[in-house]
Amino acid sequence: MTASPYLPLEARIADRHQESDTVFTLDLELTDAIARAAYRFEPGQFNMVYLYGVGEVAISIVSDPDDEHALGHTIRRVGRVTNGIAKLRKGDCLGIRGPYGRGWPVEEAQGRDVVLITGGLGCAPVVGVINYIVRRRDLFGHVTIIQGVKHSADLIWRGRYEQWATLPDTQVLLAADVAGPGWPWHQGRVTALLDQATLNPANTIVMMCGPEIMMRLTIDILLQRGIREQDIWLSMERNMQCAVGHCGHCQYGPQFVCKDGPVFCYPEVKALFGVSGF
Amino acid sequence: MNPKPKIAVHKFASCDGCQLAFLNAGEKFLELAQLVEIVHFVEAGMVAPDRPVDIAFIEGSISTPEHLDHIRAIRGHSRFLVTIGACATAGGIQALRNLADADEWIAGVYAQPRYIRSLATSTPVSHHVKVDFELWGCPVNTPQVMAAIRQLLFGVMPVDEHDKVCMDCKRSQTVCVMVTQGVPCMGPVTRTGCGAICPRFGRDCYACYGPAENANSLALGRRFEGLGLMPDAVARRFLFINNAAPVFAEAGRRWSGADD
Amino acid sequence: MDTILGPECMNSNEKIQGWMPRERFDELFGALSALGYTCYGPQVRDHAIVYARITSSGELPRGVTDAQQPGSYRLTHSEGGRWFDWANGPQALKPLLFAPRESLWRVARDAQGRLSFTPAAERPAKIALIGARACDLAALRLQDQHFLEGAYVDEAYAARRRNLLVVAVNCTRPASTCFCVSTGDGPRAASGFDIALTELDDGFVAEAGSPVGGEILGTLVFDAASRVQVKDADEAIAQGAQQQVRSLPSRNLRDVLFDNLDHPRWDDVAARCLSCGNCTSVCPTCFCHRETEEPQLDGTASGHLREWDSCFTQGHSYIHGLTVRAATRERYRQWLTHKLGSWHDQYGRSGCVGCGRCIAWCPVGIDIAEEATALHGGGK
Repeated sequence: MTASPYLPLEARIADRHQESDTVFTLDLELTDAIARAAYRFEPGQFNMVYLYGVGEVAISIVSDPDDEHALGHTIRRVGRVTNGIAKLRKGDCLGIRGPYGRGWPVEEAQGRDVVLITGGLGCAPVVGVINYIVRRRDLFGHVTIIQGVKHSADLIWRGRYEQWATLPDTQVLLAADVAGPGWPWHQGRVTALLDQATLNPANTIVMMCGPEIMMRLTIDILLQRGIREQDIWLSMERNMQCAVGHCGHCQYGPQFVCKDGPVFCYPEVKALFGVSGF
Repeated sequence: MNPKPKIAVHKFASCDGCQLAFLNAGEKFLELAQLVEIVHFVEAGMVAPDRPVDIAFIEGSISTPEHLDHIRAIRGHSRFLVTIGACATAGGIQALRNLADADEWIAGVYAQPRYIRSLATSTPVSHHVKVDFELWGCPVNTPQVMAAIRQLLFGVMPVDEHDKVCMDCKRSQTVCVMVTQGVPCMGPVTRTGCGAICPRFGRDCYACYGPAENANSLALGRRFEGLGLMPDAVARRFLFINNAAPVFAEAGRRWSGADD
Repeated sequence: MDTILGPECMNSNEKIQGWMPRERFDELFGALSALGYTCYGPQVRDHAIVYARITSSGELPRGVTDAQQPGSYRLTHSEGGRWFDWANGPQALKPLLFAPRESLWRVARDAQGRLSFTPAAERPAKIALIGARACDLAALRLQDQHFLEGAYVDEAYAARRRNLLVVAVNCTRPASTCFCVSTGDGPRAASGFDIALTELDDGFVAEAGSPVGGEILGTLVFDAASRVQVKDADEAIAQGAQQQVRSLPSRNLRDVLFDNLDHPRWDDVAARCLSCGNCTSVCPTCFCHRETEEPQLDGTASGHLREWDSCFTQGHSYIHGLTVRAATRERYRQWLTHKLGSWHDQYGRSGCVGCGRCIAWCPVGIDIAEEATALHGGGK
């Protein structure tokens, strides 16, 4: 933890991976040894990543909390700051502060079937928790991994999905709205994949992230399939600047997404979910 | 080490006032000269309009047939093209001629109108070539220009300051001139960037930084009527320095009766 | 020393009220400055009552009152020559604690690209604010909750807050825009002050609200207020309450607002609203701020600042390419549903303290009470 909740710490880019044209992963290492040793996070939490002279962005941490090595941040190049961060190279320095927010309910999910759903390019927060669960496979029941993309070329980490599909008691379902050549999976909406999923409503917990319209449609189907509202968890995105519930940008009904979320249990956000303008 | 980025400052139909954001910057201008190579800037003594540059700053509107060729040529050899000021960004005060019969004006003003070769309209640079970033203001100021250059040198787009003047007015603890004095302040529809300089001196904003995002000129115009302005006076509040900016032009048309 | 208002008065159930003759008011400035406080107080500047540094009663707005209407604030002459015969000005406590613009930290970058971060090290002055109103104190309580009482403490706010002393002056002359009675926040300052005064023609009924306030009043050696003086003060405040003409339809509008997210009134108000953010800037409880960056031109260092923001700006709801609230209708609805709605969930009460600033300082005179009433089902 830093002294002021607003003050970043210096971090070095230990490694950089280009995942697709617009998506890249930075493995970041706090340069201060004491801060590095003290740093703890939970899957689903995020850091504020600071590009020198430009500004900060909220980025979820995709690496595993038990990893000794650097903190993984998968970033899509989309705005001023992320386009600038995209130009950094291994060895360059930036600032990070965090971790912030509430992560995924990984404790609560133990012993239960887990359904992990992502849509669009917003898969990073969920991929972090998939990795977490896969590494601790024995602690969880049946695992269903569902990912939808607009175009088949948008799918990053294809190899990982293929590898996850080979794990015991694990189902991987992928869909692309537009499928290019060599796409062996479903063509169409991610919501259609749910029909292929075996769900045991009494003992299933769902974690999802993606465009809100996709999450809303998915929740409707899940509820029809008998999943209880309180077993649906989702990661929300709003403008986050302070990350500690002070600056007001991410206020969402009774919540501040940065500190009360970004992961919410569906009933917590249900009242405004899907209402445009909030 | 990489070679220094090259910049150029070009002038079109304008008063040269925006170039003073560089020339009057004092030490900052010298600092800038350390960071970049200024290859073309006539007022500063560098003349090489055709050399390729990383950043071209354009002052002035497109007002003559020569301007059309010139701006396309500049675009062709400039990586980033940034307009500076109301003329280059919105057509300037001289775009008032777009509302009139240009030939008639020329005949009324010049003794020998046949020597004047001018387009019928004064238009912003963006009507003719792709503009990467716009800096509004009449004139732009030094901190605004330097901040934009700094961000471009960092390899990112500058921040687009498009909030209303009121936000800066309140941050500077300035007392609202419209609420206390009933003057028709344009602050609530005008883009910040000036630091609310007019209200800070107790007078009304006259919109020299152009329209802010989501400007409700209709509601403000109605308020001006409530303050006692005749429709023509309301129209003139909008048909001023940034008269050709669409949201102001629309309000101007409405209150000048041109929409009737 | 003959102290009748010393700290011990804090222990009794019945607060002792003292009498501060008008001609001895300036001793208060002396006592505060002896304790190291810089005094801020109301003054007439730029056609309004503003709080600024003050050293004597001669700078107070003598014989001045404010006429406030939606979108209009005018100072006029008031008979009797009182100093606090007005309701309020565009700001009070908020900018002293939640700075409109301030540095959060600085960062330097060396030739190797290494970054070193330094927090802003402001040592705030001890400030005594004279003339806070009950609405301002209610708002202060809410800002304290927001910046100090969550999981993270805002150090800059906390440092200034620790150094603040408040001399409240009870409101006896509300403006037409005031509605603190309806929100339950005034016009009498009930808590949150160090000293509270009620102005009468020839002086002030004074009461301590904290040990330090009691000590200060104790050193000034005043007589106890007479029964008549206390009664006159009570009546003046009660009369002020009766003069209020505006009200919110309920102290808790959360369910009404969230049940009416598609009410046509949102479109109606959006047609009038300039989305200029003036209401949020003058609101004493609004806390939104944005972070900005100010790098040096030479690229070797940068400052990270924060400044007041507003839910009426586009940037407020911007997330990578998407603006959640592009339209004014959504921005106004966001403000009102938060202020009068979600605040109940987040802070245990409404975010409105009835000061009426958003009504007077709205350039087009949008009236929160009228809008809330319309959404509540009544209205004009």
